[in-house]
Parts: sequence; structure tokens; C-alpha cells
Amino acid sequence: MFEVIGERINTSRKRVQAAVADRDADYIINDVKQQQQAGAKFIDVNAGARIGHEEADMRWLLDTIQPVCDIPLSLDSPDPAILEMAFAMVKMPPMINSISLENERFNAMMPFLSGKDCRVIALCMDDAGMPGSSDDILGRAKTLVDELNKIGIPTANIYVDPLVQPISTESSKGVMVLDAVRAIKAQFPEVHITGGLSNISYGLPQRHIINRTFVSLMMDAGMDSAIIDPLDKKIMATIKTADMLLGHDQFCMNYLKGVRAGAIES
Amino acid sequence: MTDFNAMTEALVSCDAEKLTELVNAAIKAGEPASKILNKGLIAGMDIVGEKMENGDMFIPEVLMAAQAMGACVEILKPLLGEGEGAAGASVIIGTVKGDLHDIGKNLVAMMMESAGLEVHNLGVDISPENFVEEIKNKNAQIVCLSALLTTTMPAMKQTVDAIVEAGLRDQVKIMVGGAPVTQAFADQIGADGFAADAGSASKMAKSYVN
Repeated sequence: MFEVIGERINTSRKRVQAAVADRDADYIINDVKQQQQAGAKFIDVNAGARIGHEEADMRWLLDTIQPVCDIPLSLDSPDPAILEMAFAMVKMPPMINSISLENERFNAMMPFLSGKDCRVIALCMDDAGMPGSSDDILGRAKTLVDELNKIGIPTANIYVDPLVQPISTESSKGVMVLDAVRAIKAQFPEVHITGGLSNISYGLPQRHIINRTFVSLMMDAGMDSAIIDPLDKKIMATIKTADMLLGHDQFCMNYLKGVRAGAIES
Repeated sequence: MTDFNAMTEALVSCDAEKLTELVNAAIKAGEPASKILNKGLIAGMDIVGEKMENGDMFIPEVLMAAQAMGACVEILKPLLGEGEGAAGASVIIGTVKGDLHDIGKNLVAMMMESAGLEVHNLGVDISPENFVEEIKNKNAQIVCLSALLTTTMPAMKQTVDAIVEAGLRDQVKIMVGGAPVTQAFADQIGADGFAADAGSASKMAKSYVN
């Protein structure tokens, strides 16, 4: 089953930033409840946008969200100190968003992750920047899996993000990431593939149709998770339908439930 | 008489073949290379920039137009006199320290180059000291800072501060851009301008020069 990481609690979104600044708990609680109802498997929490306030904002968000949340959180920060504080506050083993091969981030994150019970989003980014080929993505994924295995993170807890890049700047960017996902899944069947999808449509009109079509292609290649807005009904309907078509939905029950609930329309 | 409108039209419709044909014909007809560059090509790219800003043209089309223009600039280069090619100001552009994203920044650089500015693209992960050094080296009048991550936005402020400390603030206009950047942030860190896309960035840079 596809796992949606709900992306909405992010202070770079204007409405959320205002709610966090005003300590408007009702707004945050309501949003989290909606994401859960819509089928999110994790709630991502990012408090990075109000510069200088990340620690206090993250603390307040976790205090606010946890009483109403029955699913694990995805703790989203590049700062291990923030993650350490947040990790100590969560009730369920969280997802950590994220580690990468960029030296500074890698060296800071590895001691933090060592021996911890958590899932990890692993970005195929290194100090040379975004990957330039599918081999490049595979190579970085392999290094990340190997290094994380060494410190006790099982492969099944690793969510590789192959880094989707805009197709507007080079028409082969879609195929590049699809090929990479197939190769990663062939080599590490247990690993999860996740990431943001909307980069694919950057610079083009009618982005939602691109994102929706792309998610079904990525699912065929082996993507089994994504960081998206679970309140976007159309992409959720596409994901449910693709999950069924790929044989992940016994007796098509989730699809049928979705249709009866009015969440899936043709 | 050379029809420069046809040239701008060919550029706006991304028709590289037609554009090359028209440029060659204009050269044959004795038009000065600088006039072809300014009235045909740069004028065309100004329209492309505007269309991009208005959402009438999209990144793949802008790239195609720029490629067509680039090919024609190559034809014109040997015919241009000293200094005629780079009519505009010297611009420094780079992604700030800690940030490795360059797609948006490269588009901005390309549009500014197409607008006739002399663009020095420093790349990604550029430290404040490096920006300062390059302003001196390239005698820059405009500095463009890019960031895609909220975590690297403070590096924009550090860069602006470094430019002030180096005593270069009066010499340059500072522009900022990137996904999380806003006009309010630009004001807060003491930048001169914020541009939301490559088309408006190029227009803003030109307005500083004129």
C-alpha cells in the first residue's frame, strides 16, 4: 500500500506560518485531523521558515499535534539539534526527514541516527548537487543504504528520495528518475521510494495533471510513498486507483470504498 | 529594408531556422551586427521575458528561444566591434552558501544575458566572501542572490551584510530570488529588489542600468 506523507504542516506555507506565529492550535489540530481522515500515513512537521524560532515552533507544534494524532510524525529539519529535541518528544517512532550525502548534513546526521528506532528519508543529494543521471541516483542510493545499514537502520526503514527534477528544463528528466527507481528497487527490494513529485511540473502550466500522471508512472516503477497534500482529492484518487491497478488492493476494496465515500470520481 | 519585427516574431515563436535565415539575410543586406543584436534579438528576448512573466510562455519555450538566439549571437560575434556585444552592465549571479539549486538561477542568468547584460554566473554554494571578491573582480553593478531553501535564506542576509562591510553597497544593486523568498524578506535584509521569475528579474536588472 502506498504511504502518503502529509506535507501541510510546514511553516513555509503562509497560512501555517501565521497559525504558528499566533499559536493558533485550533487551526493546526483541524488541519492534522483532515490529513489523517484523507488517508495520510505520516504527518510531516516542518518549522523551519520563521528564522530563529525553529526550536520553539517545533516544540509547540509537537505539543499541539500529538494529542490528536494517531499516526507517526515525520520530523522535518536539517538541524540535528532540533531533531534530537523533537525525537525525545514523540510518542511513536518517527520518520526523520532527512539525511543526504552532502558532507555537512551527512556528518551531522549519522551520529544522531545511529541506533535510533525510526524511519529515514534519504535524499540522493551530495556535494556535487542534484544527480545528473539514473546511474548517479542509483549510486547515491546505494551509498545511503549501505551507510545507514551500518549504523543499524534496516533497509525496510529507509525511504530513498531520488530527487525529482523539472521536465521543463530537459525532457529526459522524467525517464531518468523512473529508470533510477526501477534500478534501486531491483537492487534493494525492501527499500521504500518516496519524495516530492511537484518538481516535475515546475515551469509548465496545468501542473496538477502532470503531477497526477507522473505519480502513477512512478508507482509502476516502484515508488511506494510520496510527500504530498492529502487534501488534494484528485491526486489521492489517482494514487488509490493506481494502487489497485498494480495489484496492491485486495478485491479492489480500497478503490470501492473510495468511490462510495465520494473520494474517487472518473 | 530589414524587417526586424519578423526577427523578433521568429524568436518569440522559437523558430530557430527562420531566425538564422533572417539574421543572415540582414547581414547580407549590410545591417550592422550591433543593430541586428539590439533591434532583432534583444528586443525579441524582451518580449519572451514579458510573456514568461505573464504566463503566456513557459520554461521549455524560453529555453528554445534562448538557444535560437544563442546560435545567432555566435554568427554575429565575429562582426561585432570591441565592447559592442556586452552593451549593458556587469552582473554577478550565484546561489548562496549552503544551497545547491541552480535551475532558477540559470534561467535568470540566461534571460539577463539575452537582454544584453554581461552576466557572470558564479554557480552554487557561493560564500559571502566570494561574492564580495567577485564584485571587485568583475566591477559589478548588479548582484543577484538565489536560494531555494528556507534554511539558506539567512545566507542571503549574510551576503548583503558582507557587501555592506566591504564598502561596496553603494556600487551595486542587490536582487534576490528563489522559491521561499518574498518582497518582505528582500526589504528585511536590505536588498534592493525581489523578482518572482526570470522574465521580471531581467526587466528589473535593466531598469537599474537605464
